Amino acid sequence: MNLLLDISNGDLAITAVLTGIGLVFAALLIARLISPKSYSVKKSEPYECGIPTRGESMIQFKAGYYIFAILFLIFDVETVFLYPWAVVTRDLGANGLYCIAIFMFILILGLAYAWRKGALKWK
Amino acid sequence: MFDFSIVTNWFNNLLTGCMPEWAAILVECVVIGVLILLTYTVLALFYILYERKLCAWFQCRLGPMRVGKWGLLQVFADMFKILIKELISLKGTDRFLFKLAPYIIITSSVTMLACLPWGNGLQIIDYNIGIFFILAVSSVGVLGILLAGWSSNNKYTLIGAMRSGAQMVSYELSLGISLISIVVFAGTMNISELVAEQESAWFLFRGHIPAIIAFIIYVIAATAETNRGPFDLPEAEHELIAGYHTEYSGIHFGFFYLAEYLNLFIVSGIASLMFLGGWMPFHVPGWDGFNAVMNYIPGPIWFLAKAFFISFVIIWFKWTFPRVRIDQMLSFEWKYLMPFSLANLVLMAVCVAFGWHF
Repeated sequence: MNLLLDISNGDLAITAVLTGIGLVFAALLIARLISPKSYSVKKSEPYECGIPTRGESMIQFKAGYYIFAILFLIFDVETVFLYPWAVVTRDLGANGLYCIAIFMFILILGLAYAWRKGALKWK
Repeated sequence: MFDFSIVTNWFNNLLTGCMPEWAAILVECVVIGVLILLTYTVLALFYILYERKLCAWFQCRLGPMRVGKWGLLQVFADMFKILIKELISLKGTDRFLFKLAPYIIITSSVTMLACLPWGNGLQIIDYNIGIFFILAVSSVGVLGILLAGWSSNNKYTLIGAMRSGAQMVSYELSLGISLISIVVFAGTMNISELVAEQESAWFLFRGHIPAIIAFIIYVIAATAETNRGPFDLPEAEHELIAGYHTEYSGIHFGFFYLAEYLNLFIVSGIASLMFLGGWMPFHVPGWDGFNAVMNYIPGPIWFLAKAFFISFVIIWFKWTFPRVRIDQMLSFEWKYLMPFSLANLVLMAVCVAFGWHF
């Protein structure tokens, strides 16, 4: 049921990606052609909050986000594993459910452990 | 229900009749590209006006009224204004990443838009793992935001980007799990098959309690996923100027603006396809006359009406709830939404495996 039947999905996906790139490129080109240009030292300063910026901005960042990123990694991989199971749940019936229950139990145990250890608390 | 593949087949036959096959495919790809571009722009313009008008009405204002009838031309004026603004290049930015970020964000939202079926046979990318593909592409968008914040050489953008990263990856989980529970129910990941399954009744009604819980979780997670509503921490004006796109000017900023509204449409579109039956009309069993009247309304209108309704709800959230704090937001996801969505998935799986659904 494709829009145009003879084209493979891969080609269509490439078309969509190229369309996105083309959209940005064309809009930037138009903007460059019709927008004004001027230069001053003050203008090329980072805006930040209005006062001159101090020091380096690309710094190592708070570890609070890092713990959530690791937790995300675990559960995201879990979601990837759940998708193939989800499609065939109806065919597998109760047996498949018991198997996936063990998998999910281990994961929920992991979440409970992280919770207990205080990883979910914002410090 | 009208099948749009008749039209596309006719177009395909017309092209292959007068040129070699590779040229026909090339022409078709170009036509598809132009169609996507038009849809993208028109939807973005519509959404900007939609949000501004709704916001105004929620606050007992009129909203834009001066440009055109009821301010309908305001968005065109805005877009033109954004185009003619200067693109300021800043000192100390990572130039390559700074320019790469809009490309990533726009490309990911365009690709997601191309995955949504609008009607019977009216769709572009139709993978058999459709919904999985959409989620995969949507997580690429996070990368664009992170790069934008990182490369700007500004502390506020960095904080905004980190918040956005933490928020989007966290809420992506409950978003994905609530969609998995629908996949469990339907037994397919292909979006057009998912919609075709809902011909007799929408999943929201067929799936009963687990589907309704999944729908509520999906709408909350989608609000956070698009950085909107009470979860708009990455661009909280009072704390972070404008969040991750503070340093972008002119059309560069416009890209973030466009992608934000398109993402709103895309999450609403997915909700409409997965829970509310996509292009399938509303049917009440037994009311044959009513059902026949509903069948006269074309599929794309059903799809768009449902998507706009979900968007309305999400915009309503934004203008009703106060903004949450970052720790509240993350603990809401990890301590409430995520365990709830896992439990809901188990409930759905039990219902399906033992045949308890109705």
